Amino acid sequence: MSEQSATHTKAVQDFLAEAEEIVEQLGSELADLSDMAESGELVPDVLNSIFRGAHSLKGLAGMFSFSGVAELAHNMENLLDWLRLGKLNLTQQLMAVLFDAHELLSTLIRVLASGEDTNMAVEIAACVTKINACLAPPEKQSGASPLEALGLPAHIRGALTEYEEHRLKDNLAKGRIIFTIHTSFDLSTFDTELSVVTDLLKGCGEVISTLPSVGENLDTNIDFEILFGSKCTLDTLKTTVERDNVTVAQLGSSVAPEQPKVTTEPFAPETVKAIVDTGVPAVAVIAAPQTPAPTLTPTSDDAVLSAKSMSRTVRVDIGKLDELMNIVGELVLANSTIAGVTTKMRNEGFSHMAIELGKAAKGLERKLSDLQKGVMEIRMIPIGQLYEKMSRIVRKISREQGKRVDLKFFGADTELDKLIVEDISDPMMHIIRNAIDHGIEPGDVRTAQGKNEKGTIKISSYQKGNHVVIEIEDDGGGIDVEKVKNKALQKGLVSDITAVSDREAIDFIFLPGFSTNEVVSEVSGRGVGMDVVKNNISAICGMVDIETRKGEGSRFIITLPITLAIIKALIIRCSGRTYALPITSVLESLLMTDKDIKTVERKEIVQLRESTLPLLRLEHYFDIRRSDEPPKEFYVVVVGVAEKRLGIAVDDLISQQDIVIKPLGDSFKRFRGISGAADLGDQRTILVLDIGGIINETMRSGS
Amino acid sequence: MSSKTILIADDSATMRAMLVAIVDALGDYQIIEASSGFEALRLLPRDHVDLILTDINMPDINGLELISYLRTNPNYKDIPVFIISTEGSAKDIEKGKQLGADEYVVKPFSPVILQQLINRYLNKTSRHVS
Repeated sequence: MSEQSATHTKAVQDFLAEAEEIVEQLGSELADLSDMAESGELVPDVLNSIFRGAHSLKGLAGMFSFSGVAELAHNMENLLDWLRLGKLNLTQQLMAVLFDAHELLSTLIRVLASGEDTNMAVEIAACVTKINACLAPPEKQSGASPLEALGLPAHIRGALTEYEEHRLKDNLAKGRIIFTIHTSFDLSTFDTELSVVTDLLKGCGEVISTLPSVGENLDTNIDFEILFGSKCTLDTLKTTVERDNVTVAQLGSSVAPEQPKVTTEPFAPETVKAIVDTGVPAVAVIAAPQTPAPTLTPTSDDAVLSAKSMSRTVRVDIGKLDELMNIVGELVLANSTIAGVTTKMRNEGFSHMAIELGKAAKGLERKLSDLQKGVMEIRMIPIGQLYEKMSRIVRKISREQGKRVDLKFFGADTELDKLIVEDISDPMMHIIRNAIDHGIEPGDVRTAQGKNEKGTIKISSYQKGNHVVIEIEDDGGGIDVEKVKNKALQKGLVSDITAVSDREAIDFIFLPGFSTNEVVSEVSGRGVGMDVVKNNISAICGMVDIETRKGEGSRFIITLPITLAIIKALIIRCSGRTYALPITSVLESLLMTDKDIKTVERKEIVQLRESTLPLLRLEHYFDIRRSDEPPKEFYVVVVGVAEKRLGIAVDDLISQQDIVIKPLGDSFKRFRGISGAADLGDQRTILVLDIGGIINETMRSGS
Repeated sequence: MSSKTILIADDSATMRAMLVAIVDALGDYQIIEASSGFEALRLLPRDHVDLILTDINMPDINGLELISYLRTNPNYKDIPVFIISTEGSAKDIEKGKQLGADEYVVKPFSPVILQQLINRYLNKTSRHVS
């Protein structure tokens, strides 16, 4: 099957979803690995898990004939196999190759998912060459295998994978003692019971392999032989894990290691207790050795519970949730229609029935709002998922730039709509790139200024009312306002710089084509930066503000709505027409008369406290001829997107209400100032204003 | 003829779905899916299983350990086992054969070949010792 024609089948969709998951996990594990490479403490499990990820991906991609992904994953797997088998040392250079390969892998998956016909063979070949360059011919292993002396039972040795054999040798080389731990558990609960034991073991050594075996009661029980490497003595290990059904034996010579100094600490009773406390049903076996093993009851609650616990999550296409949300939205509207009819009935004298119906409608409304909340919660994901991606980027860029940067995260569990999280990822990445590129000074400059040589970027997120705020703060040089002003003058963005305040000047960096750095860097110096950031954030009804102090650093504050699925809107009327304004962009509304409006250079403005605000009349904007007299008193709705503010003159404020924005379709796409339509529930459909678009257009024509 | 049961052990949901589709196409087989070695161990005693397809690289216990257990347990020692894994782990495959795996299928494989193998093993009334 050709790669293109296959892109839309269900199986391929499943593949892409799983591949994406694997690649995402690979990313965070590679980051961990990189930390370990730096500290020199390699955890074999992490390396093995990365290997398994690449391995699975290769197998899957091969089945679907996605040869590019399969080839790249195959070569990564090769390299990782050498690493995990100890044939290679993990160097920073090798780490860089792995990061690059991972980056390319995720690009390949993205390209496949988008169904584009992009040939990446050249990139893949280049990456594969780089990977292969890391593979040196393996050294001949000399001497007898240390495993011979160990006296490992043949049935255990026979089932060891090459990797497990290597882990065993490595443990021996590190002077650890090898133990076998024999367990016998009930068939219905063995996995939870076994994990209690392995958790205890992992606290003081490495579990090399877990071999299931046949014991005396093969119909009711399953036995395991755990191969375990540790510096502990046999006695300590015995007191830690040994029970009725768990026995420990030492393999090979019983020479005690030089100093069993690590022994007592990990086994403090609190540790054991902590693990026991968090354990699930089977803990009783550990806590109370006297408890007889439960008899086999395949239909007992325990058995059902443990069988179910395997997969507690469901993967759902976000499109399906959108559909569900739409239906919920329509139900809410249908319900308000019923409430409207009820009120009418009461007014017309069907009071008894009207009251009954009113009660029913109220009950329905409550349940509907629960339903709405439920569906909304399904869409929510913690923003922490992005953090992993960010730390990858920071590592990559700081490596390229030769700057040392510490990344700190706060509020990883703040939740946001999945789609918003996806859309905010690029702008955040760009701001971070910018902070490393332009914000954080080189190490020597920092030391000269008395700052820590290592720069810090702090990302924090928190909920604030109906919004989520994400702050990205660096401790670099801050934005040089004078430099920004000069640049603006140079580029002809302003003619007179004296009239521009510092605050306004900072906003220049959001203009297209603006870049203050003399040297164009690979990542963020192409001058396509901040205006794209701003537009992307505006597109999801967000705002971005900057606070900066010269020499101390800058802070980008992004304010986002929690969800876009159902939004609160302000319903307004102007020239006999009704419109909805997303409440997220409404800052305040003021009652005014004609006297409050001034005209400066043929543009209407209003005074808002200390500042002046450009005023827009919707009837002018949409070119509607008024059929009625304009009211003497009218409202000015102050709207803001990002850092721009605008007053919109409207005849009347009608209500605030939840709306579901529906797209107008391609034929209406070119109409400016409208972002979609919404149903008001009384069979009326109204247009929703695109505040971001309106503000941009007004500002442009105004300057 | 009562239908026979095949147990599929693989930690990749996509791979399982693919194997299920391949087996389904053959018609008359019951399928049990296990997403890990542990789950396979837990599911085995519940039904009579006639054939096992297993991956090597799985979390908790791997395919080799699973085969070793099957071959030492009198209840399961005669169930045919196919290893379904990618090439590359040559040493592990060799071990699998020594442990008593009946067939080894290399990913990527042709569904037809797997189907032929399954039919060959399951249409016999008793297992043929190879």
